[in-house]
Amino acid sequence: MPIKEQLKQSLIFAFWFMILTFPIMVIKVNTIHNTIVFRWANLLWVGVLSFFASWLWNYFLRRTEARKKSDVDEDVPLIHQLLQNNRFRRPFLGLLAAFFIAYPFVFPMYHTSIMISALVYVMLGLGLNIVVGLAGLLDLGYVAFYAVGAYAYALLNLHFGLSFWMVLPLSALLGTMFGILLGYPVLRLRGDYLAIVTLGFGEIIRIVLENWDEFSNGPRGISDIPAPTFFGHQFNQDNTMIYIYFIVIALVLMTIFFVNRLENSKIGRAWIALRDDEIACQAMGIDKFKTKLTAFALGATWAAMGGVIFAAKTSYINPMSFTIWESITILCVVVIGGMGSAVGVIAGALVLILLPEYLRAVAEYRMLVFGALQVIVMVFKPDGLIKSVRKVYTFKTSQEPQQEKIAHGTHT
Amino acid sequence: MEPILNVKNLTMKFGGLKALDDVSIAIEKGQIAALIGPNGAGKTTFFNCITGIYDPTGGEVQITPPGKNTQSLKGLKPNYVTERGVARTFQNIRLFHGMTVLENVMIGRHCRLSSGIIKAMLKPPSQREEEKKAVYDSYEILEKIGLDKYVNEMAVNLPYGAQRRLEIARALATEPFLLLLDEPAAGMNPQETKELDDLILWLRDNENLTILLIEHDMKLVMSLSDWIHVVDYGKKIAEGTPKEIKANPDVIKAYLGEESDDA
Amino acid sequence: MRWISILLGLAVTGIIGFFAVRELLMDPMYFFELFLGGLTRGSIYALIALGYTMVYGIIQLINFAHGEIYMIGAMTALIVATVLGMWGWNTAVIVILAFVFAIVYSCAYGFTVEKIAYKPLRNAPRLSALISAIGMSLFLQNYVMLAQTPDFLPFHSLIPDFQFWEPFAHIITSVEITIIITTVIVMILLGLLIKFTRIGKAMRATAQDKVMAALLGINVNNVISATFVVGSATAAIGGVLIACHVGQINFYIGFLAGLKAFIAAVLGGIGSIPGAVLGSLVLGISESFFTGYFWSEYEDVFAFTILVVILIFRPSGILGRHDAQKV
Repeated sequence: MPIKEQLKQSLIFAFWFMILTFPIMVIKVNTIHNTIVFRWANLLWVGVLSFFASWLWNYFLRRTEARKKSDVDEDVPLIHQLLQNNRFRRPFLGLLAAFFIAYPFVFPMYHTSIMISALVYVMLGLGLNIVVGLAGLLDLGYVAFYAVGAYAYALLNLHFGLSFWMVLPLSALLGTMFGILLGYPVLRLRGDYLAIVTLGFGEIIRIVLENWDEFSNGPRGISDIPAPTFFGHQFNQDNTMIYIYFIVIALVLMTIFFVNRLENSKIGRAWIALRDDEIACQAMGIDKFKTKLTAFALGATWAAMGGVIFAAKTSYINPMSFTIWESITILCVVVIGGMGSAVGVIAGALVLILLPEYLRAVAEYRMLVFGALQVIVMVFKPDGLIKSVRKVYTFKTSQEPQQEKIAHGTHT
Repeated sequence: MEPILNVKNLTMKFGGLKALDDVSIAIEKGQIAALIGPNGAGKTTFFNCITGIYDPTGGEVQITPPGKNTQSLKGLKPNYVTERGVARTFQNIRLFHGMTVLENVMIGRHCRLSSGIIKAMLKPPSQREEEKKAVYDSYEILEKIGLDKYVNEMAVNLPYGAQRRLEIARALATEPFLLLLDEPAAGMNPQETKELDDLILWLRDNENLTILLIEHDMKLVMSLSDWIHVVDYGKKIAEGTPKEIKANPDVIKAYLGEESDDA
Repeated sequence: MRWISILLGLAVTGIIGFFAVRELLMDPMYFFELFLGGLTRGSIYALIALGYTMVYGIIQLINFAHGEIYMIGAMTALIVATVLGMWGWNTAVIVILAFVFAIVYSCAYGFTVEKIAYKPLRNAPRLSALISAIGMSLFLQNYVMLAQTPDFLPFHSLIPDFQFWEPFAHIITSVEITIIITTVIVMILLGLLIKFTRIGKAMRATAQDKVMAALLGINVNNVISATFVVGSATAAIGGVLIACHVGQINFYIGFLAGLKAFIAAVLGGIGSIPGAVLGSLVLGISESFFTGYFWSEYEDVFAFTILVVILIFRPSGILGRHDAQKV
């Protein structure tokens, strides 16, 4: 398309968006104090920004379409290439490990606390990735299982004095159980109905927690949730944070380890097959319902464990921490990071959770940007920031497959 | 001896429409049988009814696997049909596009593997062995079908003919005794069709398979099949050897009638 | 199995019927109040549900951003009415202009949302389009929140208390009766549009079979745009009316209302226009009774429970997809 045409097109778009956003962007009314403010500068901003945005949009749209036609196989993402390269892999992982070990000792407590939240999101993201990324089930009520974990710890501790270490495995079981219980009736539904029904279940659990005072202490929540102990020893406040930090690191490593194994096992392949084509998947002898249920229940397991950590870290929980927006944030982590890609989800969680924490100026715009990113990623880069890479097997003629040379690095 | 597949009076209604009306077909062990008929005659519906994708409205579907007793497939879910040894391919290629060629075949191994979730997470030696064997077996199937050079490619990036062959490889991996091929030659060039012809014969002779295929390429059907069944408007109108079918006036009418409809 | 479900259905209807009659006899006034309240609520749901059901009928997508279109309609009306009110314009003119602007802007937003977030994904997996829709919903909510305010804004009702309605006002207010009547008129107009106009016929054809419609010379892209525009217009009307009824709005009102309307659309049989209306009325009235006689704090739980039950036992809704006209 000639540049003049492009200019004209972008101008038209800019004009359209200026009209479109006029009442909401320019006029600010306050019907309490009966004031009106006209913000003409905003009109200018909208015009200029939408001019460039539409130019970029059309440019990328054309490029995406050209690529679709040419059928070019996309390259393996850089990070995977590096991870597969043995000379790079060891030092890289070593550095990464050193960074994460040193982190709580180098940075002040505040940063450790934020990093813990981000790592909990890594766990939640990896869990949801099983459900959404691998099995292709859009679960908008994931936070319900997170709430189950958090409340399980708070309540079991309050009523029965169970410790963190007793509740952690228990909550995992509880999460699985709830996953099966909720999944059983709804997993027979078609994909888009499933999204709405899970959203509904998520909200139901929150509303019940808010209103059932005798059980959950209602909107006031539960406070004084004890931090985890180290063989009966209780650390002081700062050390507790560091201690929780390392527990989360351990759990994240465990999650990566197990999820990676699941992904490249019989069940993991069945999930991806189910996502790609349900009918063909069944024709290959895979039980559709059972496969969906395992994905749903396993996802719930990790959410519940994440919930226990969350409760232990904040020592106070109330239903407001478990709104639909929490589910959507976790979904954003998975979608923007790269559905089905563990590396992508980890990167996604760290970027999406840490950036707004440190750039206070943009924190306000967090959800706005998340929303826009979801649309942009789906339109231009459905694989997310770092797309998943399938395991590569090497063979020498028809002898034993050379399992040793398998690029294990892809998902660690 | 019992026929390997015995379909009796199969009927399938969609609302008021009878897509299949009282169709009976029997297939003997070791046969290459063809199911032909004009477009919309109900051929794919017939496959869908046998493989459990549709639950037939009436009739009976029985199989007699070699060395086993006769059993019914009617009303079983697709995955159980596959487990009992009836595998199929699809007319519109349905490969798993997010997976490599090898993994597509490994999916076919799914119902023959035993490791569950716990084993997948803990990876005990038995699971490692099984996984290794699954990789090996799948690769062997790819070699047989002649797709081993694509082993780590993403399935969607294969040439069209190779995608059709991969569908067959995937079906083979489920260890069937009866293979249902839905228009395996559709969209293939003459060279690819010739290779497919050889492959199907080879499968019957070396893998002890019985094969039922839907096909529009009459040259392929006539040269390959031992026995041909013809359906039109959901009803079976004829069956016999290729020679008999060629001479059957009903069949000619069905096909010519269709041609004049198209014109 | 069939007998069991029929018996179960009869038993449930019987129990509900028994309680309904008992309550009716005990306090008929309260009963009617709840019924009319439910009718009003259901009318609003219907105005929003139409957009869901029409869009779903044509492109099989749950348009998550639809609730936000409704919210933008209400917000635009509030802004226009406030500005004009401060300039001292005539009330009647303000009412008309507020409605006109709300409808025009909602349509423009609906149109733009489709072009940006859904059109490029028309051949993508359904999951992609759904995620894009959720992103759009999130974006629009936060856009309005940041550009305006996160707080509730009082909305001075555009609909006056009619003099002649005075004797009945204790049963049903002017606003409520306006809502019900407007909804009926909109439904009739929409019915005529779909039945008799060119674009209406094109919509029905496209909903039946997109490829065939395109082969017959229908511009499918235009039809899809038109569907979004029509759905947005009815949602905008609903938005302004509910704002008048409730008396305050903020950026978040679209989310729950949208969900409820979607539930209503599913309840009636998604893809079917009469279904959406029926489902909305059933949901509105039963919600009203539920909150009136049982627990008001579990209102949303009730709606979601209905959704789950419907989807599990009768996914095609009250007026199942096959027998109903779908657009």
